[in-house]
Amino acid sequence: MKSSLWQCTWLTAIAAALAWIPSTAAAEDAKPFRVGIVTFLSGAAAGPFGVPARNAAEVVVEALNAGTVVAPYGNTKGIGGAPLEIVFVDEAGGTTKQVTEYRNLVQQKNVDAVIGYISSGDCLAIAPVADELKKLTVFFDCGTPRIFEDASYKYLFRTGATATIDNVAAALYLNEHKKNTRKIAGINQNYAWGQDSWNDFVAAMKVLVPNVQIATSQMPKLLAGQYGAEISALLSADADVVHSSFWGGDLDALILQGAPRGLFKKSTVVLTAGETAVQKLGDQIPDGTIIGARGPFDMFAPDTELNRWFRKVYTDRYNVPPSYPSYKMAQAIFGLKAAYEKAQAGGKAAPSQEQIIVAFEHLTFEGPGGKVTMGLGKGHQAVQGTAYGTVKHVGDKFTLTNVTTYTAERVTPPDGVKSEDWIKGLKAAK
Amino acid sequence: MNPRDRTLVTLVAALVVLLAVGALLPPWQFLATVALAKGCAVLGLMLLLRTGLVSFGQGLYFCLGAYSAGGLGQFLGVTDALVLLAAGCLVAAVVAVVLGFLLANYRNIFFAMLSLALSMILYGLLVKSQALGSTDGFNVAPPTLAGWALSGHDGRFFLYALACVVAFAGALTLDRYFKTPLGRLAAAIRDNELRVEYMGASVRQAIHVKYVIACALAGLGGALTGLTVGHIDPEMAYWTTSGEFVFVAILAGTGSVAAPFLGSVLFEIVRSVAYQHSPNTWQLALGTAMLLVIMFLPRGLWSIFATRGKVA
Repeated sequence: MKSSLWQCTWLTAIAAALAWIPSTAAAEDAKPFRVGIVTFLSGAAAGPFGVPARNAAEVVVEALNAGTVVAPYGNTKGIGGAPLEIVFVDEAGGTTKQVTEYRNLVQQKNVDAVIGYISSGDCLAIAPVADELKKLTVFFDCGTPRIFEDASYKYLFRTGATATIDNVAAALYLNEHKKNTRKIAGINQNYAWGQDSWNDFVAAMKVLVPNVQIATSQMPKLLAGQYGAEISALLSADADVVHSSFWGGDLDALILQGAPRGLFKKSTVVLTAGETAVQKLGDQIPDGTIIGARGPFDMFAPDTELNRWFRKVYTDRYNVPPSYPSYKMAQAIFGLKAAYEKAQAGGKAAPSQEQIIVAFEHLTFEGPGGKVTMGLGKGHQAVQGTAYGTVKHVGDKFTLTNVTTYTAERVTPPDGVKSEDWIKGLKAAK
Repeated sequence: MNPRDRTLVTLVAALVVLLAVGALLPPWQFLATVALAKGCAVLGLMLLLRTGLVSFGQGLYFCLGAYSAGGLGQFLGVTDALVLLAAGCLVAAVVAVVLGFLLANYRNIFFAMLSLALSMILYGLLVKSQALGSTDGFNVAPPTLAGWALSGHDGRFFLYALACVVAFAGALTLDRYFKTPLGRLAAAIRDNELRVEYMGASVRQAIHVKYVIACALAGLGGALTGLTVGHIDPEMAYWTTSGEFVFVAILAGTGSVAAPFLGSVLFEIVRSVAYQHSPNTWQLALGTAMLLVIMFLPRGLWSIFATRGKVA
C-alpha cells in the first residue's frame, strides 16, 4: 500500500516535471525577436541591391535560428537565444509611403527593431521618426553622411560606412597607382547620390593633385539607359580618368555601350560601385578598369571563417555569390546580434531596448567583411575601411590586380567633422 | 432637408466620426492624416474633372506647397502650422494664377500633357538644386500650433485633427462654390463650351478660376503632407504623384465633395495592407482591388452612396 503511494507520488512528480520542462522551454523561446526588414523588392534598385539584401537576410536569419552560423556567432541560437522573426517590407513608393510603413511596422506589427533602407532620401525621412517612436533602427546601406553629420539620434544606428569612403578611396587609389593623372572627367546620375559622389571625388582629387583639370562632368538623368551622347562627350574630353558612381541597369548600360566605343581604353574608368556589375558582366568589363565595392565586401572581403561560411550558404541557396548589398545586410544583422548579446552580459534574459542601445554604441563587431566599429555620430555610425582593384582577365577569368585596401582612418573623417570639410585636408599616401 | 443642408450634415457627421476613430486608433492616425492631405489635392482635381479637364500635373502645386511650408520652417524658422499651411496654399495659388493664363487656353490631352510638363520642370529644377538636398530633399521640423509642439502622442492627434478640420473646410467651401453660378458652370463647360459662351459667360475665365482653386487645394495638401511626414523631396512633383491623384479621383468618383477623401483614405489603407501582407506582390494586390472597383463601380466608389441619395 505504502509503496504504491510512493509510486504514485513519484509518478506525479515526474509527470509534473515533464510537463514543466517544455513549459519553461516554451517560456524561454516564447518571445521571438521581431525585426522589420525594409529593402527594395520592386523597382530599379531591387535587382542590384534590394533583392540580394533580402536574400542575405533570409539565409542569415535562417542559419541563426538553426544555430548553424560559425564563430563568433555560433554560441547562441537566434539572437541571444530568442528566435528571430522577420517582417519584410518593400522600400519602393517614396518617402511619404516609407514613413507610413515604418510607423505601421512599429505601431501595428510591434517589431522589436527595424533594419533597412537603401535610399538616402528614405534614411533622412525615417531618422527623426525612429527617435519620435523610440524604436531601435539600423540603416544597413544608404550612404549620405548627412544623417549623423547634421543631427544626432538615440535610437538610430548605421552599420554601413558613408559614401565618403568610396570617393576618397578612389582618389587615393589613383594617386597611388596612376600617378600621371592630370585631367579627370565624370559621368554620374543626376540625383543626390551621383552629385555627392562626383563632388567628393573632385574635392579629394583637387587636394591630391592640386593642378588637376576637370575636362567634363556628364550628369544624365537617373535610369536614362542610353548614354551615346555622354560617351561621345567623354571620348572627346580626352581625360586620363573617368569617374562614375553608376549602379544597376545604368552601370550595365555604360559598360555595354562604352566598351565597344573604346571609352575604357582611352581613359581609365573608375567605377565606385562597379562590384555589382561583375557577376553579370565580368567578362565584358575591360582590363584596366578600377572597381570598388563600397567597402571590404565580395572580392575585397577578408578570408575569415565567417566570410567563407557566408559565401557558401548564400551561393548554395541562390546559385550566385553574395554582392556588396548582401554583405551589408548580413553586417547589420550581425551587428544587432552582437549588441543584443553584449547587453545580455552572459545572462539569458532579454535585454531592454535601452540596454541594447548602450551596448551598440561604440561597439566593435565582426561581419563577413571584417571588423566594423561604431566610431562616428557618438557611436551610432559605423566606420569601415574599403578597397579598390584593377580589372585584369587571366584567360577567361575575371581577376583583380593591384588590390589596395584602405583602413577606416585613411578614408573617414574623425567624429564631429563634416566629410566635405575633412576632404579638403586630405593627405596623399606616403 | 434641402440638399445643401444634407451635405453639411454629412460633412459634420464625417468630421465627428473621423475625430472619434482617430482618437481610438492612434496607429492609423498618421496614415489617415496623409490620406486627408492628399485628399485635398484630389478634391481640387475633382473640380477640374467636373469641368471636363484632367490635370496630370497637380504634383507641381502639391510639391510647391510642401517646399514653401518646409522652406519657411527650415530657412526662416517659422513653425506655426497655420502659417505654414497658409503659405503653401498661397504660393501654389499665385503660381497657378500665372500659369493659368497659359493653361486656360488648352483642353483635353493638351491640357493634361502641358500640366504634366510643367510639374516635371519643377521636378527637374529641384533635382538640380543641391542646396535643397536634390533628390534626397530635406527634413521639416515638427510644426507648432499656438506655440504648442505637434509631436509626441497628443501632438500627433492634434495634427490629425487639424488635417480633419482642413479637409472639412476644404470640402464645405468647394460644396458652396459648386452651388454658385460660377461653380455650376463646371458641368456646362464640360458638356458644351460653345453654349456657355453664347450665354455670356467667359469659359476661359471660369477655367482659370477653377484651376487656381484646384491648385491652391493641392498646395494646401502638399504643405499638410510635408508637416505630417517631416520630410519633403522632389518626388512630390514627379508625374507618378500627379498620376496617383488622378487615379484616386477616378476611383472615388466626382459625385460629392466627400468622395475624394473617402477614396484617398481607402486607397491608402488598401495600399498599406497590401504592403504589409504581400511585400513582394503588393502592386498585384493593389491593381486587382482597383480593377474590381472599376469593373463593378464604373462611376467610382461614391456611386454606392449616390444611388441611395437619389431614391431618398
